[in-house]
Amino acid sequence: MTVSFGGRASSVRFEGVTKAFGEVVAVNAISFVVEAGSLATLLGPSGCGKTTTLRLVAGLELATAGRILIGDDDVTGLPATRRDVSMVFQSYALFPHMTVIENVAYGFVVSGTPKAEAHAKAELGLELVGLKGYGPRLPSELSGGQQQRVAVARALVLEPQVLLFDEPLSNLDAKLRRRVREEIRDIQQSLGLTVVYVTHDQEEALAVSDKVIVMRNAEIAQEGKPRELYEQPADRFVADFIGDANMVSADILSVDGTHARVSIGGVEVQVPSRGLPVGPVQTAIRPESVLLDTQGGEGLAGTVLKTAYLGKHMEYTVDSPVGELFVVDERVHAPLAPGTGVTIRFGDRIALVVG
Amino acid sequence: MNGLGIGRYVLGWQLVGLAGFLLLPWYAVEDGFWGFGWLFDGYPFDPDYAPAIVLLLQGAKPWLWPIAGFLLLPALALGRPSTERFTQNVLLLVGGLGVAYILGQGFTVGLRGWNAGFLEAWYGPLGDRQFGMGYGALLAGTGLFFLFTLGCAARGAVNGDGFVVGSIGLIVMVVALFIFFPVARILISALQTNEGLFSLAALLDKLLTGKIWGLDCVYSHRACGVAWNSLALAVAVGAGTTLLGLAFALVVTRTGFPAKRLFRGLTVLPIITPPFVIGLALILLFGQSGAITQFLEAAFGIPASRWLYGFSGVWLAQMLAFTPIAFLVLIGVVEGVSPSVEEAAQTLRADAWTTLRTVSLPLMRPGLANAFLLGFIESMADFGNPMVLGGNFNVLSTEIFFAIVGAQYDQGRASVLALVLLFFTLLAFYAQRRWLGRKSYTSVTGKGDAGIAVPLPGRFATLIFGVTIPWAVMTAVLYATILFGGFVNLWGLDHTLTLRHYIDAFGITVGDHGWVWSGGAWNSFFTTIAISAISAPLTAAIGLLTAYLLVRQRFLGKQAFEFGTMLSFAIPGTVIGVSYVLAFNVPPLELTGTGIILVISFVFRNMPVGVRAGIASMSQLDSSLDEASLTLGASSWQTIRRVVLPLMRPAILAALVYSFVRAMTAISAVIFLVSAEYDMATAYILGRVENNDYGLSIAYSSVLIVIMFVAILLLQLLVGERRLGRRSAAKLEIGGQPA
Repeated sequence: MTVSFGGRASSVRFEGVTKAFGEVVAVNAISFVVEAGSLATLLGPSGCGKTTTLRLVAGLELATAGRILIGDDDVTGLPATRRDVSMVFQSYALFPHMTVIENVAYGFVVSGTPKAEAHAKAELGLELVGLKGYGPRLPSELSGGQQQRVAVARALVLEPQVLLFDEPLSNLDAKLRRRVREEIRDIQQSLGLTVVYVTHDQEEALAVSDKVIVMRNAEIAQEGKPRELYEQPADRFVADFIGDANMVSADILSVDGTHARVSIGGVEVQVPSRGLPVGPVQTAIRPESVLLDTQGGEGLAGTVLKTAYLGKHMEYTVDSPVGELFVVDERVHAPLAPGTGVTIRFGDRIALVVG
Repeated sequence: MNGLGIGRYVLGWQLVGLAGFLLLPWYAVEDGFWGFGWLFDGYPFDPDYAPAIVLLLQGAKPWLWPIAGFLLLPALALGRPSTERFTQNVLLLVGGLGVAYILGQGFTVGLRGWNAGFLEAWYGPLGDRQFGMGYGALLAGTGLFFLFTLGCAARGAVNGDGFVVGSIGLIVMVVALFIFFPVARILISALQTNEGLFSLAALLDKLLTGKIWGLDCVYSHRACGVAWNSLALAVAVGAGTTLLGLAFALVVTRTGFPAKRLFRGLTVLPIITPPFVIGLALILLFGQSGAITQFLEAAFGIPASRWLYGFSGVWLAQMLAFTPIAFLVLIGVVEGVSPSVEEAAQTLRADAWTTLRTVSLPLMRPGLANAFLLGFIESMADFGNPMVLGGNFNVLSTEIFFAIVGAQYDQGRASVLALVLLFFTLLAFYAQRRWLGRKSYTSVTGKGDAGIAVPLPGRFATLIFGVTIPWAVMTAVLYATILFGGFVNLWGLDHTLTLRHYIDAFGITVGDHGWVWSGGAWNSFFTTIAISAISAPLTAAIGLLTAYLLVRQRFLGKQAFEFGTMLSFAIPGTVIGVSYVLAFNVPPLELTGTGIILVISFVFRNMPVGVRAGIASMSQLDSSLDEASLTLGASSWQTIRRVVLPLMRPAILAALVYSFVRAMTAISAVIFLVSAEYDMATAYILGRVENNDYGLSIAYSSVLIVIMFVAILLLQLLVGERRLGRRSAAKLEIGGQPA
């Protein structure tokens, strides 16, 4: 029985969906697809429309324009009650006056399932999230992590077509976060669930997703696999939002099929061309791709301005002919002092920015 | 699952409507809403008790035929998906037009046939007539109305949620029917001449009279117009209660005064005291044969005078009655000034007095203005104290009463006076919301901001104590007088102890046929308890439902909805009383003289109490709880029942107790609506006061005060003091309501 929880996973499709609150457009004509059985993340800074998008999937907001399909059904006009979608809330939203088992069984009870059967199913759900035997307790008697799992179980047992998570980790401490996000990913993959997941933490998004949808100002900035977003950001915003990046102007000297030779302040590197012509271009240089050398040799001449020791690596701010660069260096044993003159070279984690 | 759920609701409401049309008496039955004698008295063929269909088959009331059509047509929509345009249109048209038709025929055909002369002129005499609507009409109208809201929901209103649309519709409908319609009736009545003709000149004539606006008192010995009297009194009371309230609030929050808790206890007094009782107690102390008056005469030879009867007496009574309300509001305001702001001022080298003057008091400014407006509205609307102490000093509320109850019986004059009174209170209400609603100087944030309030500067503290302590003592003496006064034979003349008044009021004798409730007060006492007990749950239900809609739902016209539901706070009881008399003593809604009209007046006058309590407690419930319930497949009704209501138990309880208590203490609207059969305690007592029967009045008042005190105490035990405090502060925030 436990294995059947994900049996009804369906795809989610947005077609030109807009949501306006009066004058304010929270989501502007966005379109995307989340394949059945996959985990998609909505990622973006606060106020970008990601939570509204999630609530549009849930039916807690109804679209002003456009179509929303779950599986093959058009659900655009259906309110939350009538959609086969469950949601795990940021605050967990456990009903404080009900026990854990009553919380998990709630969805069955309100749809008319006899209580005994509802509780039996709820028990299976609790077992799945590792909380067997916690049924009679009140939510207030559980730790934050346990409450979170109850919220997951409550949403999961209804075998929804789509399971939604609204920043599920934001109320957990840093150590617990990593573990819970792995658990969520495990459950999603082993049950084959369709999950839409909202977060503002890019690391979390990269870690759990099949697909990341980056949003900005009510629109989709870019969508793709985590690696695509990191290595081929569509524009400055995405490059900057997914990991850190130094945005540096450069020139494409020549294009050879899929690769281009690019000159960054005179230093030449070879990077994927991304279909760009010869001429000036913006590059996103990852901080770990800026290599500092005190031994001289070929490269740009720079000066260390600031340094910070972060345990597993050093962070430097370096003044260079192409502007100030933010650098991550793993050689913590030989830190550079401010004022040190360095030679700057570049590694291969450099992306040409198309937009 | 796409939109099929609507069919059974359509069928359900259609059946409700048809039941009203086919089974129940269409017109109101004589022996009251709860009388069921008609079942055995000629039903269903006696025309008095017949259902509409029987009347029609007997050939009477032919104008009821179209209603049958409205009730049958929704069948067209059955079995069709709600997303279809046709279904939506059928429901909207049939429901909307059906309700409009029922109301329309009710207003056009009355006791003497056509209600309007021009209809008679056009169609000739009707030769038939009709009475007030009864069960049948009520059910048919309800059924059609909810078919209309189902149509709105199917169209996609409020996310297509039938329950929410229905609730909004219900509240809009009842508020329109029981607040806006009666008030509009006042306006119409004011525009009519005594012969029933409409004329703006008649209105202006009645409005611009010296009796209302005269300024004679400025330059002569004659009295001023009542509007000026009311206005002057209200300003004096507003200013006085604000200053005194501030003094009390400062003592309680900013000093180490040991009797603080007792002071706080003062705030509960206005809730449990029928308003005119203060006036009554003042008579016992300062009246011509009052205890203090006599003492002063005996000890110092100061002759007794009638100073108490007039502006000064009413002002004193209202000060005593309403200072606790200002106090309650200002506690919150003073506590809202963060100690850390004051500490900041001190670190910038300001001394205690400068800090108070330049930082604390300016921060309290909006709160002070709010307290002033509350006192203003309370005083304007107060009926009991001017009635008891006014003497020749007339104010609007008492003038309205005399215009309609006295020998003059002048509806037009009552209406005009009511309009003037309404104008003043609405203006204050509007100012409060418009001007103060936006400004909040609350500097205490959710973050735990510590700090110790700066102690009051020495001389200022002395002044404050010098004012508050005597005032508190006087309040205590007043209440002691009330409780003690009921036990003396004849106050001021014969102070022998006696139980006479209690026996007169609450005597029980054992007669031949068992116990007899022989005391004079029992009748009104039982009626009061019953009416209050019936109206309390209704008030709580409608108030909390409104709160739910306001806090949790987004819909078109929500602001207007909120304003409309809160408006009844600003409408003085006297105005409601007059308007109900005008609106509900003729068909189609013939309610005067029944208990229902009392219940309705309480429900709509106290509704804001429930709304405020609901809003306060619902705002503390995370809305994601509702949303979680919805995404788990619960409907909005299931969500309310299983999640929202269980979590709001304290608010529900508080709303219940407060509406019960307020119904028991109310007087101003009640006095217009009581009848021989349904007499209320407060109206009965006021009647005794007018007959100078102080002993019984005081005895009865003490009983009421004790009962309500116990009710509040029980509530406090059940809910906890903190919550109670917040609740009552929330309740009074928007405008304490005149009783």
